[in-house]
Amino acid sequence: MAKSPDQEHPQKAFGWAARDKSGLFSPFHFSRRENGDEDVTIKILFCGVCHSDVCIAKNEWGFTNYPVVPGHEIVGTVTTVGSNVKKFKVGERVGVGVIVGSCKKCESCQQDLENYCPQTIFTYNSHYTDGAKTYGGYSDMIVVDERYVLHFPDNLPSEGGAPLLCAGITVYSPMKYYGMTEPGKHLGVAGLGGLGHVAVKMGKAFGLKVTVISSSPKKEAEAIERLGADSFLVTSDPTKMKAALGTMDYIIDTVSAVHALFPLLSLLKPNGKLVTVGLPDKPLELPIFPLVLGRKLVGGSNIGGMKETQEMLDFCAKHGITADVEVIRMDYLNTAIERLAKSDVRYRFVIDVASSLSQ
Amino acid sequence: MAMSPEDENPVKAFGWAARDSSGHLSPFKFSRRATGEKDVTFKVLYCGICHSDLHNVKNEWGITSYPIVPGHEIVGVVTEVGTKVTKFKVGDKVGVGCMVGSCHSCANCKEDLENYCPEMILTYGVKYYDGTTTYGGYSDIMISDEHFVIKIPNNLPLDGGAPLLCAGITVYSPLKYYGLDKVGMHLGVVGLGGLGHMAVKFAKAMGLKVTVISTSPNKKKEAMDHLGADAFLVSRNTEEMELAVGTMDGIIDTVSAVHALLPLIGLLKTNGKLVMVGAPEKPLELLAFPLLMGRKMVGGSGIGGMKETQEMIDFAAKHNIVADIEVIPMDYVNTAMERLLKADVKYRFVIDIANSLKPF
Repeated sequence: MAKSPDQEHPQKAFGWAARDKSGLFSPFHFSRRENGDEDVTIKILFCGVCHSDVCIAKNEWGFTNYPVVPGHEIVGTVTTVGSNVKKFKVGERVGVGVIVGSCKKCESCQQDLENYCPQTIFTYNSHYTDGAKTYGGYSDMIVVDERYVLHFPDNLPSEGGAPLLCAGITVYSPMKYYGMTEPGKHLGVAGLGGLGHVAVKMGKAFGLKVTVISSSPKKEAEAIERLGADSFLVTSDPTKMKAALGTMDYIIDTVSAVHALFPLLSLLKPNGKLVTVGLPDKPLELPIFPLVLGRKLVGGSNIGGMKETQEMLDFCAKHGITADVEVIRMDYLNTAIERLAKSDVRYRFVIDVASSLSQ
Repeated sequence: MAMSPEDENPVKAFGWAARDSSGHLSPFKFSRRATGEKDVTFKVLYCGICHSDLHNVKNEWGITSYPIVPGHEIVGVVTEVGTKVTKFKVGDKVGVGCMVGSCHSCANCKEDLENYCPEMILTYGVKYYDGTTTYGGYSDIMISDEHFVIKIPNNLPLDGGAPLLCAGITVYSPLKYYGLDKVGMHLGVVGLGGLGHMAVKFAKAMGLKVTVISTSPNKKKEAMDHLGADAFLVSRNTEEMELAVGTMDGIIDTVSAVHALLPLIGLLKTNGKLVMVGAPEKPLELLAFPLLMGRKMVGGSGIGGMKETQEMIDFAAKHNIVADIEVIPMDYVNTAMERLLKADVKYRFVIDIANSLKPF
């Protein structure tokens, strides 16, 4: 007979889980493996609420294995280190992002691209090498192989830094890979949410001119005055859209709903690049003429490898980049998720796990 | 009152034009400008028939002004050069491709990317700087500013070389730009027509492994025995396609009909690139998941700049790359267009202008 979650492993753990596709969270007792030779055990302080957490909790992508404990923007302190652990010591502040394992042998793993390994193990809703289900950061503690743990720079606050572990790397990685960092060039950021607002901040740090492209006119003042965007383009304003045709070198598209690509492609100069990091669950329409006539491209990107994630954290610490967050208590989670579905957050909820997760 | 094509310019010219959207071509008298100080005039020997010519004569893109003299794979011998021409002399073998003008001052022109200049002037069917209409290579003589004339190396056959001026550069440019030109890489080529067969030849010359992806199993022998492809995938054969998943560094997609991108994206390795050089008129479906999960991209490319076109011709001459052609007389052109529509040609028709274009 299969063991119950709280008996599967030797270390007791407690968190909040979704048990069905209503996506409603409630307290959940489970367990974690013993701290192995390569492992680090972490007491969780904060965990960001990523839109993906909601998609998985509600089984929107069709592969959720209930009960699920999401959370892959984890900041905490090390409580135990395994005998072979070189990089971390007890008491250190660390982060864990979207992955907790990979094969370590394939070409992607050898190139520090563990996120593209065909056997990537995700922080939650996956199965670990020992067959056990992985549970994420909406919980009190986690055990992770040191390869997948990040040093958290001293001057990076935990609350504002936690979302960088998913949202931050998700926009940083393609900006580097697709060469979207040349100072003076013009970046468009489509969608101003968790991913979008971090992209604006990073774009400015790279010395780019940044235009936010949004369907909501009411985000303009915020985008320009608080986030530092240079301009704001409302997609439903035909005059402004026409004036902006062929003006952008790059666009990061963070929009997860199904949306039109043609207007975005038209905003690009020839040789412009549109990178999509959002995950619409239905196909988009891709017009080919603009790609051919302007040598434009549409590319995808998915988080980043461990080395690059560390590089990104260090970059953010250096440039004072953090996410704009609303810190919440664990028992506010269900309300937060309802608000997230309506984009009613500036711009990431972060759960104060250590102060509010009580059994 | 607008001038007739014959009176528009001082130099008499003769060719075949389409006069309406039936696309039917027939003899046509017109005129070309006198050789200006930067111009090169040449006697046309051969002109390739590009599928774009077919789209244009039938006004399939909605932009055609009739009468239209198509042809943008033009080769011939120089008969006159302007006083300020430095790169060519009478008797040189030359070619003209898809463009005859650009602004010369924008960022694209300055980077030798005249093909992306917003004021780029096409070889046929549009207005030149002087307001006159441009006419293409289905004609006896051609004139062009020397900037847009290509020198044809002596060892390159003119008839097989003509299609390089559009088909050749159209596949060569993206192989270079998207970095799909490294020895040992694995390239897929979708569609085995004018563009596709050129892509196979260029990629093999660059040292790549090439797999042709086609809906027609009967092209396999030709692709492998004659063109040198290493493998052949029938796109409707799900087993074959499944075995090839995640094996290609890049794919050049030459297909102009609406078709599914998802199976092609699946064939790419992580970081793989799908390059569109055909232009379906309707948008294609794009699923975000596979693109993100493998950091893959879909990009486009359209012909190439003049510097790169010359580089491509020189590369082709060095590696003995020419198009596989069927040479036809001028008066076969309407039949050729019908056959082209059915993809019944291996792989480009080339009109033997010098020997068959007879004035009436």
